[in-house]
Amino acid sequence: MRRFALIAVPYFWLLALFLVPFLIVLKISLSDIALAIPPYTPTLDFSAGWEGFKAFLGALDLENFEFLTTDDLYWKAYLSSLQIAFIATVATLIVGYPIAYGMANAPDHWRPTLMMLVILPFWTSFLIRVYAWVGILSTEGYLNQFLLGIGVISEPLTILNTNTAVYIGIVYTYLPFMILPIYSALERLDASLLEAAEDLGCSRITAFWLVTVPLSKNGIIAGCFLVFIPTIGEFVIPSLLGGSKTLMIGKVLWEEFFNNRDWPVASAVAVILLLILIIPIILFQRNEQKQREADG
Amino acid sequence: MSQTVFAPWNDPDVKPLIQFKNVTKRFGDFIAIDNQSFDIYAQEFFALLGPSGCGKTTMMRMLAGFEKPTEGTILLAGQDIAPIPPNKRAVNMMFQSYALFPHLSVWDNIAFGLKRDRMATDAIAARVEEMLKLTRLEKFAKRKPHQISGGQRQRVALARSLAKAPKLLLLDEPLGALDAKLRQDTQFELMDIQEKTGTTFVIVTHDQEEAMTVASRVAVMDHGRIIQADTPARIYEMPNCVYVADFIGDVTIIEGRATKSGDGYDIAYAEGQPTLRATTDKSFENGQTCHLAIRPEKVTITAERPEGAANAVQGKILDIAYLGNLSTYHVELPTGQIIKSQIANTRRLSRRNFTWEDTVWLSWTETAGVLLEG
Ligand SMILES: Nc1ncnc2c1ncn2[C@@H]1O[C@H](COP(=O)(O)OP(=O)(O)O)[C@@H](O)[C@H]1O
Ligand SMILES: [Mg+2]
Repeated sequence: MRRFALIAVPYFWLLALFLVPFLIVLKISLSDIALAIPPYTPTLDFSAGWEGFKAFLGALDLENFEFLTTDDLYWKAYLSSLQIAFIATVATLIVGYPIAYGMANAPDHWRPTLMMLVILPFWTSFLIRVYAWVGILSTEGYLNQFLLGIGVISEPLTILNTNTAVYIGIVYTYLPFMILPIYSALERLDASLLEAAEDLGCSRITAFWLVTVPLSKNGIIAGCFLVFIPTIGEFVIPSLLGGSKTLMIGKVLWEEFFNNRDWPVASAVAVILLLILIIPIILFQRNEQKQREADG
Repeated sequence: MSQTVFAPWNDPDVKPLIQFKNVTKRFGDFIAIDNQSFDIYAQEFFALLGPSGCGKTTMMRMLAGFEKPTEGTILLAGQDIAPIPPNKRAVNMMFQSYALFPHLSVWDNIAFGLKRDRMATDAIAARVEEMLKLTRLEKFAKRKPHQISGGQRQRVALARSLAKAPKLLLLDEPLGALDAKLRQDTQFELMDIQEKTGTTFVIVTHDQEEAMTVASRVAVMDHGRIIQADTPARIYEMPNCVYVADFIGDVTIIEGRATKSGDGYDIAYAEGQPTLRATTDKSFENGQTCHLAIRPEKVTITAERPEGAANAVQGKILDIAYLGNLSTYHVELPTGQIIKSQIANTRRLSRRNFTWEDTVWLSWTETAGVLLEG
């Protein structure tokens, strides 16, 4: 009985906070747009009883999903989101790995400080931090002023409102998610393994590729998923830093909801997004599981 | 019948494989190795023995190339090894923690060093198979290190460090993690492998019995210095100082003053007690403080005063340590001095002669004790 209660709590939590909202979104995605509040039909009318429920079910259909296939905006947005998320993840890895490596090899008494510096940005509002990048990257921004000042460039660079700005924003925002799992993998790495590799004839660099990288693999995979998964649906960064050409599904979703007030289509977009995300989420979980098995 | 004894250290014509020349290693102000000079010969099984923190690992790490001497030089086959990085030395090390690569199978762990030499694939495979056979690991070739037992892991580490056929193999407390029985088996296995491969082994241990079992010579260390480096028998029978005598095996140390008499010395160890006798080839001044070190197995225990014994003292049994095959009696003299006597338990427990509080005589010969300087 106690066991059941223990299990019931997280299940109830998942049910209330994930499954129920998902079912609501799914239901809206099967409805039709209407000029009403809420702006879709049908709505479930409990007073009509069983007959009413049957009529309600009968009114649901897959029209919105069919609509998504007719306009190539949607699949292009999905693809472009995946592409941007992929490139941004690789970029975050390239920036994050050396930082994690440096942290793991720093003297012991420095590590807590470095760790705090990595986490520190989380203590200020995400929105403000992304806005700050507008000030840095704009044509008259600090970056251009600085580069013009030291004479590296003669014309200001156009970075804001391009995909480059989006990548910068994503790398900046999600860097801690990349650093922390890699750092924790590198920190556990036994230094004598590297000495053993050298002893057996490796140069420092070969030892890094043959020992350090494989042994931080799980950290790399975890970090990549932690960046990739939320980036696909990212909305704030592309709308603040991206341009008209930056096509991301999060932005499309927002526009469907708030500009077009087409809740059913927006919900259909969200349901498909969720289905796309399930694959990397499952892969991520499997990696974590493997990691736990290797540790245990 | 004469048998050639392996003792290159006695032969001035043999060139040592390794020479430490006034080697000092400092970590900041701390002196880990203090101006040491000694030689290790090819095909030796050289043991470094000493308490924790005395500098054994530091010595090994200098040989492997992970530390450089602060002063002095180390020669390997006549060549200064200081400028040679670890990956270019004909030296392999078996790490205290084994340091097996957790992401590689047993097979790949053993092949790791061979692959770095860009050997042909089939040559690598042949060598790995040979090593697996030598260490009896054939059945575990495909397993990962976490899927085998501690003893097997230790053998993988050994196979991996032997695979490249190094001139010199360094073993840092290789058997530390094994239980007593497995440890003993492995010690003999190590000696066997050393004989088969002809590799020079330097082994670090803090277990004196292990050092005595496997080594051709044992170097007893303390505070960054080698106190005595000699064959196990000489270390045991002829320690050159109280520290070595005390560190190796069980011993009773009696402090006294030496007086020359005849071909030996009389040792006055307590007011009003008859002196003890010992012969030695060292020379002491009259009245010089000395220590007499006596191994317990050389002390006979009897109920009556033995006839004609060079040394005989009476005392009361304070304690009996039963070790199965042996028993050690701790006998307290009226002066408070405790002397240990060890005898083989050839009789059953119930028929033993002596028990607690019995008054007994202890006796030993002139040559049984080793006379050491103050
Ligand atoms: N890298 C280092 N930095 C500072 N001190 C060290 C270092 N390595 C070893 N030491 C010190 O040198 C001494 C000898 O260490 P070590 O050779 O590991 O001893 P052992 O192996 O005999 O137990 C110890 O007191 C240890 O603290
Ligand atoms: Mg050590």
